[in-house]
Amino acid sequence: MKPAPFDYFTPATLDEALALLAEHGADAKPLAGGQSLIPAMNFRLARPAALVDLNRVGELSYIRSERDGRGGGATAIGAMTRQRAVERSELVARAAPLLAEAMPSIAHPQIRNRGTVGGSIAHADPSAELPAVMLALEARFRARSATGERSVPASEFFKGLLETALQPGELLVEIAVPPLLPRSGTAFLELARRHGDYALVGVAAVVTLDARGRCTAARITFLSVGDGPVLATEAGKTLAGQALSEELLRAAADAAATRDVDPPSDIHASAAYRRQLVAVLTRRALARAFERAEGNPS
Amino acid sequence: MDPHANVEVTVNGVRHRRAVEPRLLLSDFLRHELGLTGTHVGCEHGVCGACTVLLDGDAVRSCLMFAVQADGHDVTTVEGLSDGSGETLHPLQAAFREAHGLQCGFCTPGVLMTLVPFLREHPDPDERQIREALSGNLCRCTGYQNIVAAVRLACGAPSSPRA
Ligand SMILES: Cc1cc2nc3c(=O)[nH]c(=O)nc-3n(C[C@H](O)[C@H](O)[C@H](O)COP(=O)(O)OP(=O)(O)OC[C@H]3O[C@@H](n4cnc5c(N)ncnc54)[C@H](O)[C@@H]3O)c2cc1C
Ligand code: FES
Ligand code: FES
Repeated sequence: MKPAPFDYFTPATLDEALALLAEHGADAKPLAGGQSLIPAMNFRLARPAALVDLNRVGELSYIRSERDGRGGGATAIGAMTRQRAVERSELVARAAPLLAEAMPSIAHPQIRNRGTVGGSIAHADPSAELPAVMLALEARFRARSATGERSVPASEFFKGLLETALQPGELLVEIAVPPLLPRSGTAFLELARRHGDYALVGVAAVVTLDARGRCTAARITFLSVGDGPVLATEAGKTLAGQALSEELLRAAADAAATRDVDPPSDIHASAAYRRQLVAVLTRRALARAFERAEGNPS
Repeated sequence: MDPHANVEVTVNGVRHRRAVEPRLLLSDFLRHELGLTGTHVGCEHGVCGACTVLLDGDAVRSCLMFAVQADGHDVTTVEGLSDGSGETLHPLQAAFREAHGLQCGFCTPGVLMTLVPFLREHPDPDERQIREALSGNLCRCTGYQNIVAAVRLACGAPSSPRA
């Protein structure tokens, strides 16, 4: 099918884009990589009256290290940065290895060449990798409108199925990923039917150890098990203060599968199968994250 | 507001200028405005890969872009692979013919346009890498066996698969 007609705008600057969004209100949609919005428009599931194309707003495309005091060593990623650029970034590989590890699981290279980091986060698909990864990493999202700017932590950003804290007229402009603490390790794992398909279940894990190898903090998040990314608080509690052992991993995986998630059944997988995957993937991801944390003394 | 917007785009080395509706997909622009019907259209939601073209050298879905977004950019379609006369095939096309890498041919243009940049980055891929690279292109005929064989042939690899 073909999209319905719309008015089309190509602002060259962020200020122009925000002014256009303010002017056209809820009828206008920002167009980022178009890899979720255009399929929806082709099927006429979405019929925005106006599109504000962000692809010529060069100032929203960057990956940089915030070395000054303000950013506290965070890795800052402009919302319009292509997923492919993040996948290939040496800075991301070094500073945010969890993000680097998850990138190749997003669709196919042909999609990642267009799809953006900001578009995926703003779209908030429960099966998307980036929202879960950003929640695990405690990223902060900078949102800007014609009237002001605010910073929203990932934990307050995802509100439900395809819903975020963004208001009409507001753009996600930057994602800031804080640096990992010393003795931290991360791991991302997912299971999909074919490489590039949306995951049946995915898990992101961040583990921090003390000098004696006990876990001081663990953030485990899931995709494809709820109406948004899910933080496994019970599994996190199970790990707190504990040293690595087979029993510990099993207890944490069990807590995640039985208490942290309430996965859906759909044509792709039953709820019971997803629960089983949560347990298995959690155990494997934690084992990997612990091992990496031990190898990361600085 | 004038429903048409100007687009100036270089396709296979030739500059084209048109006024089009912003909602016109790049895939339809290539087929209907420029007559380049080698770019196929299957699903129009990014899944089948039949419409894959190169945008500034990178593989993208032409059904998930508006033609106006290609303004000022460089597009390569499957017609741009051979020398145009149809006499001299691109080495990858020659390998597909040799290894029987297509049956009906519907998926073939998208498969080729996916593999050209892939082989630029991975000149000597193993079978797993080839199959992964093909995961975004659906083929209803070949079962992929001979597509993989064609890629191996194009790379000068021995014809028996290795892991
Ligand atoms: C075949 C296929 C397979 C895919 N598989 C996966 C997968 O496995 N995992 C995965 O995570 N994704 C997958 N995707 C989706 C892909 O990652 C999209 O690129 C992504 O979800 C949306 O990013 P985009 O830049 O294309 O945004 P768009 O499609 O342009 O926009 C998506 C939505 O976000 C809004 N928006 C965009 N940018 C902003 C912004 N800066 N501020 C506010 N609102 C904004 C738009 O208005 C729109 O509503 C797949 C897509 C396809 C076509
Ligand atoms: S027609 Fe574009 S991916 Fe199927
Ligand atoms: S050859 Fe027929 S779809 Fe691939």
